[in-house]
Amino acid sequence: MSKSNFSRRGVLKTGAIAGAGLALPTYLSAASHAGYTNAPTGSSVKFGFNVPQTGPYAEEGLDELRAQELAVEHLNGIGDGGMLNTFSEKNLQGDGILGKKVEFVTGDTQTKSDVARASAQSMIQKDGCVMINGGSSSGVAIAVQGLCQDAGVIFMAGLTHSNDTTGKDKKANGFRHFFNGYMSGAALGPVLEKEYGNERQAYHLTADYTWGWTQQESIAASTEALGWTTVQNVLTPVGAGDFSSYIAPILNSGADTLILNHYGGDMVNSLTQAIQFGLKDKQVNGKDFTIIVPLYSELMAAGAGSNIQGVFGSMNWNWQLQDAGTKAFVKSFGEKYGFPPSNAAHTCYVQTLLYADAVTRAGTFNPCGVAEALEDFDFDGMGNGPTTYRGSDHQCFKDVLVMKGSENPTNAYDTLEIVEVTPRAQVEYPVDHPMFAGGDLGECNPGA
Amino acid sequence: MDAFILQVLNGLDKGSAYALIALGLTLIFGTLGVVNFAHGALFMIGAFCAVTLQKILGISFQTIDDTQTDFLGNPLKVDTPYVEAWFGPEMGMAIQDWSVPLAILLVIPVMFFLGWVMERGLIKHFYTRPHADQILVTFGLAIVVGELIKAFYGANPIQTPAPDMFIGTLDVGVWLGMDAGSVAYPKWRLVYFAFSAVTIGAVFAFLQFTTFGMVVRAGMADRETVGLLGIDIDKRFTFMFGLAAAVAGMAGVMYTPILSPHYNIGMDFLVLSFVVVVVGGMGSLPGAVLAGFMLGILQSFASMNEVKAVIPGIDQIIIYLVAIIILLTRPRGLMGRKGVMEE
Repeated sequence: MSKSNFSRRGVLKTGAIAGAGLALPTYLSAASHAGYTNAPTGSSVKFGFNVPQTGPYAEEGLDELRAQELAVEHLNGIGDGGMLNTFSEKNLQGDGILGKKVEFVTGDTQTKSDVARASAQSMIQKDGCVMINGGSSSGVAIAVQGLCQDAGVIFMAGLTHSNDTTGKDKKANGFRHFFNGYMSGAALGPVLEKEYGNERQAYHLTADYTWGWTQQESIAASTEALGWTTVQNVLTPVGAGDFSSYIAPILNSGADTLILNHYGGDMVNSLTQAIQFGLKDKQVNGKDFTIIVPLYSELMAAGAGSNIQGVFGSMNWNWQLQDAGTKAFVKSFGEKYGFPPSNAAHTCYVQTLLYADAVTRAGTFNPCGVAEALEDFDFDGMGNGPTTYRGSDHQCFKDVLVMKGSENPTNAYDTLEIVEVTPRAQVEYPVDHPMFAGGDLGECNPGA
Repeated sequence: MDAFILQVLNGLDKGSAYALIALGLTLIFGTLGVVNFAHGALFMIGAFCAVTLQKILGISFQTIDDTQTDFLGNPLKVDTPYVEAWFGPEMGMAIQDWSVPLAILLVIPVMFFLGWVMERGLIKHFYTRPHADQILVTFGLAIVVGELIKAFYGANPIQTPAPDMFIGTLDVGVWLGMDAGSVAYPKWRLVYFAFSAVTIGAVFAFLQFTTFGMVVRAGMADRETVGLLGIDIDKRFTFMFGLAAAVAGMAGVMYTPILSPHYNIGMDFLVLSFVVVVVGGMGSLPGAVLAGFMLGILQSFASMNEVKAVIPGIDQIIIYLVAIIILLTRPRGLMGRKGVMEE
């Protein structure tokens, strides 16, 4: 009689190990299912919407969140589909992404880089998010972009306008749909020349962080090319509240133009206070004093009220555009929330759909597959005309809007009017342009 | 010289707000011995009283205008404020235009009542507790109030303009014998400074020249002895809490055309006002006012480009730097009394 050494438990163990060993090569080569951070295994996939819900940019953040929720509804087949009906790609059918239902978690960045990083980290590590979308401050966007690069997830930037986001701080895992400071300068220059001529003395008040610095540099370069002189550039702290001590010196500085490189609540306060000091009623150097706000948003315009009338600025998108994509988005958003979307809302909505489409085209949530699908991707129907995601720096190139505060508003939403749709060719620049120099896109990081 | 005068005016303006808040803080600390970190929230509630009145005066009925469309292409709903329908368009618009000064009438009873409720309902339970407990509970209250305001009014600053007649600047330079237009200063900021001076003067006069004020001052100096004389000093101190809340509320209302109110505006002022109280001397009312104006002017001068060119970033730290120097040389602050917070 022979004694068998096989037990039921031993057979199962050996079988499991052998099976796993045989499957391992397939597992490693199957980029579509594993080998990257937070590969979704169930019937759903999770996005992280990381926006400022408090702080000086809170109103923009809350509008971004509304649009992100709307995008998820459209991806899951709820509602009228919005821009999915006008998007040039037809891969998304309202049944989630690659058959997985889209879920999301939200975080409050408080417009602070350290808080934003902690929030994004929690979304990636605790909630298992495959993509982070958000911003509303370039300082925050750059910090979160770096984190996503290290963690191996895709960062679809929201409202971030600093040249550095796709310049010296660009990352292979990060993509920006929003325009930047250079583009604002390139679009505004000819309009300002036509409106105010070639001899202006400009005084800049600039938010003291990456966005303010690069926007100021871009606008100064653009206006100096027209023949304007930059009298002074004064850096102001974010969230200063009372800007009166920065505005008072402008009165006797010899400047005839004030350029406010401020955003959100800061812009509302500095513009209101500049007007309280009578700047708009002044005559200097024989010219009417003028104020320019290079980066506008509808929410800022609403906050600034009548102070914004006649003030020039630029935008990434505006709800008053008449293309099919804009109409579809404004209808969906307007019917859900009762008011038109801001350009912060638009960029986050579009970024969420673009990510979903890229996953579908790549057939994987692997960030390297998604990045490859987004690089040099041409699309249309999203409200900005024909658009390209440039592969070499992950910056979107499209038309830019030059805006002006409505002189005779007829209703609560009639705060800004479109002066010009600046063609994309006028705002394009080479990837090695000095304002975007330094940094390295690097290699895509799939994480895990 | 022009720039110098402008910065003095700016400093007086900032100092007015600091002094008004610090005055209320000192009144509460001097009478009740409570360190009230919710005082900035009282300033904010005052500011939002102005917003609320503006909204009340703007309550409208809707009519459909078939000749126009809204952003979705539907017939336009036109809002007409009831005050315009009741009093005629001209009078109705004038009432709405004066919503900020009118809010003063609303804010005094509202804030006095809130202050009274806050003292009776919460603060009195912390009289015998350590200052750290008082700070924690009042700071927590400030956060709750801020979040409630955010939930009701949103996170964006809300425009609350001054009446039309106070829009624009006044040529202060001409008064001082300078060239016309050399020193033009916003009218409403001058109104704010005058309002602060009158309010501070009224509070001092109330404490100095009325029997009620005399009893309160006596209570501040020696609470037990006043109690032994058969005077219900607690009731008077509760009244002073309400008064301090009303002063903070009025300061908030009048500040709204200068800085559009938002849910965090109280916190922005709170920390600076505490520095003002400490520099002025804990419990000293004249010290709080003096330090408020002094630090306001110093902060204003530190923001000048010429100063920042020598010491970059000085505008952000000047108040704290001066506070350190004063506390090193005069540990009780500018006008602090011996024995206050020293046991």
